Amino acid sequence: MEILVATAVGVLTASGIYLVLRQRTFPVIVGISLLSYAVNVFLFATGRLVINAPPILNKYEDVPYTDPLPQALVLTAIVISFGMTAVIVMIALSSYLTNRDDRIDMIDDAGEDA
Amino acid sequence: MSLFLIAALPFLGAILPALLIRAGRNASSSAAGAVSLLAFIGLLLNAPAVLRGEVVTAKLTWLPGIGLNANFMLDGLGLLFAGLILGIGLLIILYARFYLSREDPMGQFYTYLLLFQGAMVGIVLSDNILLLLIFWELTSLSSFLLIGYWKHLPEGRQGARMALAVTGSGGLAMIAGMLILGNIVGSYDLSVILQNKALIQSSPYYVPALILILIGCFTKSAQFPFHFWLPHAMAAPTPVSAYLHSATMVKAGLFLMARMWPVLAGTEIWFYIVATTGLVTMLLGAIIANFKDDLKGLLAFSTVSHLGLITMLLGIGTPIAAMAAIFHIINHATFKAALFMSAGIVDHETHTRDIKRLGGLRHLMPITFTIATIASLSMAGIPPFNGFLSKEMMLEETTHTLWANSHYLLPVIAVLAAVFSAGYSFRYIAHVFLGPKRSDYPATPHDPGPGLWLSPAFLVVLVVLIGLFPNAIVGPLVESATAAVVNDAHPPHFHAKLWHGFTPALYMSMAAIAGGLLVLYAHARLERGWLAARRPEAKQIFDSLMGAATRTSRVITDTLHDGALTRYAAIFVLFSLSLAGYAYFSGTTVTPARGTTDASALPILAWVCLVGATLCVVFFHRNRLLSLVVMGIIGLIVSLSFNYLSAPDLALTQISVEVVTIILLLLALNFMPQETPVESTTGRRFRDAVLAIGGGVGVAGLAYAIMTSNSVFPTISEFHLANSYKGGGGTNVVNVILVDFRGFDTFGEIIVLGIAAIIIYAITEAILSSRVRARLLNRKPTFPQAGDAHPLMMVVATRVMMPIALMVAAYIFFRGHNMPGGGFVAGLIAAIAVIMQYMASGFGWATERQRLPYHGIIGSGVLIAAMTGMGAWFNGMPFLTSAFGYIHLEPLEEFEWATAALFDLGVFLAVVGAVMLALESLARYAWQPGIASEHPMDINPERDDALDELQES
Repeated sequence: MEILVATAVGVLTASGIYLVLRQRTFPVIVGISLLSYAVNVFLFATGRLVINAPPILNKYEDVPYTDPLPQALVLTAIVISFGMTAVIVMIALSSYLTNRDDRIDMIDDAGEDA
Repeated sequence: MSLFLIAALPFLGAILPALLIRAGRNASSSAAGAVSLLAFIGLLLNAPAVLRGEVVTAKLTWLPGIGLNANFMLDGLGLLFAGLILGIGLLIILYARFYLSREDPMGQFYTYLLLFQGAMVGIVLSDNILLLLIFWELTSLSSFLLIGYWKHLPEGRQGARMALAVTGSGGLAMIAGMLILGNIVGSYDLSVILQNKALIQSSPYYVPALILILIGCFTKSAQFPFHFWLPHAMAAPTPVSAYLHSATMVKAGLFLMARMWPVLAGTEIWFYIVATTGLVTMLLGAIIANFKDDLKGLLAFSTVSHLGLITMLLGIGTPIAAMAAIFHIINHATFKAALFMSAGIVDHETHTRDIKRLGGLRHLMPITFTIATIASLSMAGIPPFNGFLSKEMMLEETTHTLWANSHYLLPVIAVLAAVFSAGYSFRYIAHVFLGPKRSDYPATPHDPGPGLWLSPAFLVVLVVLIGLFPNAIVGPLVESATAAVVNDAHPPHFHAKLWHGFTPALYMSMAAIAGGLLVLYAHARLERGWLAARRPEAKQIFDSLMGAATRTSRVITDTLHDGALTRYAAIFVLFSLSLAGYAYFSGTTVTPARGTTDASALPILAWVCLVGATLCVVFFHRNRLLSLVVMGIIGLIVSLSFNYLSAPDLALTQISVEVVTIILLLLALNFMPQETPVESTTGRRFRDAVLAIGGGVGVAGLAYAIMTSNSVFPTISEFHLANSYKGGGGTNVVNVILVDFRGFDTFGEIIVLGIAAIIIYAITEAILSSRVRARLLNRKPTFPQAGDAHPLMMVVATRVMMPIALMVAAYIFFRGHNMPGGGFVAGLIAAIAVIMQYMASGFGWATERQRLPYHGIIGSGVLIAAMTGMGAWFNGMPFLTSAFGYIHLEPLEEFEWATAALFDLGVFLAVVGAVMLALESLARYAWQPGIASEHPMDINPERDDALDELQES
């Protein structure tokens, strides 16, 4: 199980990095989203993998619980990554609409006024 | 009055003039004056104690870990300087009210002036050198604003930049010096440092610390070779020059030398650096001042010269010399401020400051003439004015001081400087006010109203009174200040008098005055020689140095920072990989101590889906729509995995965020190209693939290593599990952590989320009000549009769904404390319920029915959360401490009430508002004339029937 999660995180990270290194805004945004998944799952996994032990206290019997703390961190991280994605989407979109160009490198002709 | 208040008043009051300028210029200047006056009175209340020999202190521990305490102290030296700063500040505020013209933004001026005043007061009252450094840098910054106040003048801007560059970099050197000093002593508190003379002077770091601190002082106090910024700062309005260059800014360096005198002075290196620099500066400034045709230029170089004089006195290192320095600081402040103001009056009335175009003003401007003459004579060292007293003390001191075993060097150069000093003082009178009346003044000169001459007149009255009764008027102050400088409760007795008998100093004074008259007489000839001589021009040297520095930094920046964001990203990944690699190869590997969990068929299937989908996103990323669709799969699998791995809350959140994220990306994609073209070369793609795989392998390995080993330290999770129900009243530990244990984090996060949404709104507003809007309005759709934009089935279905979805949201919200759910998830569900209406019935229809602005919803969410948190204060508990209890109403199950639910309501509202504001903003881009239909449904049989009936009837 651990190997599955680890490799999945690895694949997500690698794909995310590859897309982040592309030269147009949209793939970069998709890449950042993939990296967000990877980071969230990674953070979650620091609580170790436990099946059937949600951190919902059982008042009547003694049952094992998984680590709740990474979950709380990741929960807010998920919501914040939505906010971040939304902001970069808007920046990318407004840059595209203004310059009619969605390249992210500012080297050639678009450079001066971009 | 507490020292805290005295130091804080100018800062607090700085806002007033800027606000009150709307009520008029008098209101603005009165506010500034009232603030200064209040601080001045506060200072005077402390004066009796200080003059008795006490040290008034105010202590506040701020960051004890790094030795930064907000400690203030007021001793004689601080009293003297703070008195000058606030007292002359008051006169300047009055003067500036009448000096500045209607076009000048006066509110700004007084605000800057008060900021500067606060920073100066802070310097002289600080008892902690770190605090002092903060104020020191603040004076550099606020003086930059003041010097560059006339933004439209290039000289003003250049002068301000030069002053900032010189004093700011000197300040950096001083920070280093002060830190060394603090390290030697082991404390940053001045009162501790000043008691450790032996320790400091025996330290091997004494010399570097001394040199660095002196660089800071010399740059600030315009000592050679850093003197050149001061004349260029004369581009400032005259009130600024009068304030900064007579009593405050340039005296800060002197203050610090005086402050540090007990521990830094008295060594040979101190003497040779400080006294020599002062001597050279004094002579050089005096000579140059004679050949400046600009009134303020003349005064600027004369200031440089006098600062040199005081520096030299401090450098000599004897208590008597220190006392002379203190006395001259007072005298110089009085006559120089008066002179600057008189120069400003001349400029104001004749519209020129060029001495060559002036002359003969004595009959036209008798009041100004009187003021300027008394002040100039004092500057020249003529009895019975105060300048004579301190200059004579200085000359006397030089005769007792050996410079490299020479009895004569110091006195001779001092007399020479005094000659030129008398020369330019006489010239200020003779070439401006005496001589024949001219007919070609740029404006008809006449004396100004009392508003302008009252301040300098008050100062020349002081000049005369101090000259006549020095011991009565400033004696106690000078003694008290000297006691602080020499760190000795019993300093030499201050006993200044006009007539000492026939002492060497008297002969030297007489020689200086005679020489000064000679210089004035021979001015034309001397000037020809001066102009013919080749002189290094400081500004050109400075400009070429700055130019070289700018070019170098530009070359470096352009090389490193070429605008290729992909390159930065690649370098960033590579660097992270190298760091990780270094850590991996230099660290020790832990053998996995934790067993692995067996995987059944289900997780393996999920893994295949996830990895397959991820690879699909990469391989088909050029088809943007397809990559989004596949990304949905990834999100789904991730949320299912969360659920499978005992994280139901995460699963709920992830799946709802997934919906809104994909909708957002789809909306954005609507306006962007649908395909990504192939641009990068194969080599580049290969490089990126290598980096990506490297990163992936690293992260996977790290994740695996973490998951298969136990924590090195015991986790704090046990605490949360144990206290969630007892302390927080909820059984869903994740939710209790969010709204209770880590409530402050959550509070911050909803604020961040709100800010993100408002950024999006702001970008939208900016874009839609630019020329882009026209392009958006005339946009041709990329795809053929559906004939039926708002299909009947969908409209009806979403309407039915709306209350159900909101009910689910409420249910999820209320169960959150004990079961999976909570504000975040409920907020997302509610947002989705509303988004459905937008999608089905159209933007126009939905907006019409949405009466609450989303900004308001975000704001009310944050406010509710904040107020819930503050409620704990009334309970005597810290911010965000929650309270809860249980209610049992008979036929119902026992249920819980908790303030945490109220906090969660804030979270809920903020999330709803943020998500909706973001999506609504994006949707506004799509608006085109004619797309908003009058009706929610384009095809509505009922409407058609009604229409038919209407036509039939």
